[in-house]
Amino acid sequence: MRLVQGNEAVALAAVHAGCNFYSGYPITPATEIMEMMARQMPKTGGVFIQMEDEIGSIAAAIGAAWGGAKAMTATSGPGFSLMQENLGYACMTQTPVVVVDSQRGGPSTGLPTLPAQGEVMQARYGTHGDHEVIVLTASSVVEAYRMTVEAFNLSERYRLPVILLLDAVLSHMRENVEFPDVPVRERVMPTIDENFLPFGPDAPFVPFGSGHHTVVTGMSHDETGLPKALAGQAVQRILRGVQERLAQDAREITFYHEMELADADIVLLTYGITARAAREAVGLLRADGVKAGLLDLQTLWPFPEWLILEKTQAAKAVLVPELNLGQYVIPVRAAIAGRCPVESLGRCDGELFTPEAMVEAAKALAHSLEIGGVAHD
Amino acid sequence: MTKPGIDLTPLLRQEMMPTVWCPGCGHGIIARGIATALMSLGLDMDQVAFVGGIGCSGRAPFYFDANSMHTTHGRALAFATGLKMVNPKLTVIVPMGDGDSMAIGGNHLIHAARRNIDITAVVFNNSIYGMTGGQGAPTSPLDSRSTTSPMGSIEPAFDTVELALAAGATYVARTTTFDFQEMPQLIAGAIRHHGFSVVEVLSQCPTYYGRLNKLGEAPDMLLYERDRTKLLEAFGPPPEITREEMVGQLPIGLFRDEERPEYVDQYHGLIARAGGGKSAS
Ligand SMILES: Cc1ncc(C[n+]2csc(CCOP(=O)(O)OP(=O)(O)O)c2C)c(N)n1
Ligand code: SF4
Repeated sequence: MRLVQGNEAVALAAVHAGCNFYSGYPITPATEIMEMMARQMPKTGGVFIQMEDEIGSIAAAIGAAWGGAKAMTATSGPGFSLMQENLGYACMTQTPVVVVDSQRGGPSTGLPTLPAQGEVMQARYGTHGDHEVIVLTASSVVEAYRMTVEAFNLSERYRLPVILLLDAVLSHMRENVEFPDVPVRERVMPTIDENFLPFGPDAPFVPFGSGHHTVVTGMSHDETGLPKALAGQAVQRILRGVQERLAQDAREITFYHEMELADADIVLLTYGITARAAREAVGLLRADGVKAGLLDLQTLWPFPEWLILEKTQAAKAVLVPELNLGQYVIPVRAAIAGRCPVESLGRCDGELFTPEAMVEAAKALAHSLEIGGVAHD
Repeated sequence: MTKPGIDLTPLLRQEMMPTVWCPGCGHGIIARGIATALMSLGLDMDQVAFVGGIGCSGRAPFYFDANSMHTTHGRALAFATGLKMVNPKLTVIVPMGDGDSMAIGGNHLIHAARRNIDITAVVFNNSIYGMTGGQGAPTSPLDSRSTTSPMGSIEPAFDTVELALAAGATYVARTTTFDFQEMPQLIAGAIRHHGFSVVEVLSQCPTYYGRLNKLGEAPDMLLYERDRTKLLEAFGPPPEITREEMVGQLPIGLFRDEERPEYVDQYHGLIARAGGGKSAS
């Protein structure tokens, strides 16, 4: 057991996962990840570089991936916005890379030291064009560690950028932890011949220098990598393939926790730091006779619609507390499609929800729907 | 130097031919210059990486049978930096447009130069944005016409060489597509140089720059390049030349070729000091 900060856990997990390239640009509240990597990388023979901006940071990380590294960069909102174009490049070129975004209040410079969850949609849709991306989050230091390793594993497995969303509180929070031994997906260099299709279905990631003169381009291309005629159709085929693979493996790549869902009338659906108060809120609500339960997601995207439907089947209402003015509630509401009310509980003032605030919102919701247990409240 | 007529096709990616470049475009001459340089150095193309940005020039990586990366507009040097850091064995060549390298990518250019990372940047300078149809570039000369400066540019132009020298590049040269005799040698020198190299090649864009500025066809533009430049003692010491002198007669040749600690080496020294053992490559 030792006292570890959220950002420190991310750096330690990255090293554990085999990260051997880190590029970044300082920004609160993510900076400690960078500072820690500046110390760790040379010790493990890896590369650390402070780039001239975040556009360059993610570019260098993608370049390093093609050089054969497991690469990571970390930032916060303003830097994450700058990274969007090259994030799309990683999607288009099927490059494994891990991007950590420790969310702070926004928009713009916002609240540099205070938490938010304002990038939930940006992480999924921020870069232009159709693409798939995996987005994970965490609510504790130990989970930040675990999810960082999973981020590397998933990016290796699906050749995708994986984004880990933290927030200012989790990044800076210290907890007494014992790190779990999360298995690491090692990269194996396949033997390839002249028929190798670097962007074929399930093609392994083969970095530069392998002898195959791969063409990597952000232009629409086919499985050979070349932007040939009918590249539009080819890229649609490739993107659909990625989509299908993620859908097939949905159960394996969706990480979540649940609490008291079996008979829950009211389901609190949370992700990230907000889950902490929600766990307490569920206890308080239960003590007051409200049948509340919690679905806490660590995998935000691909959107786990199947899971949400499964877990809210018997619910009479769903409450979605999040540190924004109502982002993730939108697809949740769309998924539930009117089967029961889905309420947003949002804030973007840089404060966390207290359990009491959630209890109050849940009770008001129960009351308005005349759900048992709160009639006299 | 490699003799004209030498077969460069083994270095080229046949399935990408013909190039997208317009007839008469100078970019093909520069690509030939790079191929000739590579041929003279006898490098194994398995260990050569081209990292391009976006623009007519940025397409160059497609045409070489090597490890090829076509990145985003202006960012090629940042991608190349990551690549070179983890795989120092690769010879990394970055073909860039003038807009690509000095407008949107100016920041990466100066920092790559400051770090002195062993990468060769070849700036295809046609004084205009070719790919997007003839808009003004930071290299468009004062008074020159473009679709976004229809009455003549009121902005002074960047001088690539001055910029590269000031930012700390350790090998800096300028040549033109007219001066094909010198070009491959200057590029080969840049590739051989251990540090950050910038070779600016003045190129002609007959389709936009030539037409908008009434400079005639490609051959006329080659003569225009000849007339507006002045060959330094090509491989002699850095020139003593005033800014005024440069205006009418842009000097071409080798401006700097010096040793300074190279970035990847510096980093690997740091790994050794940290006890990190084997490097990432
Ligand atoms: C972020 C971004 N902005 C703008 C563009 C559009 N664009 C493509 S190429 C180009 C300029 C090309 O000019 P230059 O770099 O001089 O190269 P050339 O085509 O002349 O070789 C621009 C503005 C883009 N692709 N990406
Ligand atoms: S537009 Fe200009 S720079 Fe582009 S290919 Fe044509 S001639 Fe060359």
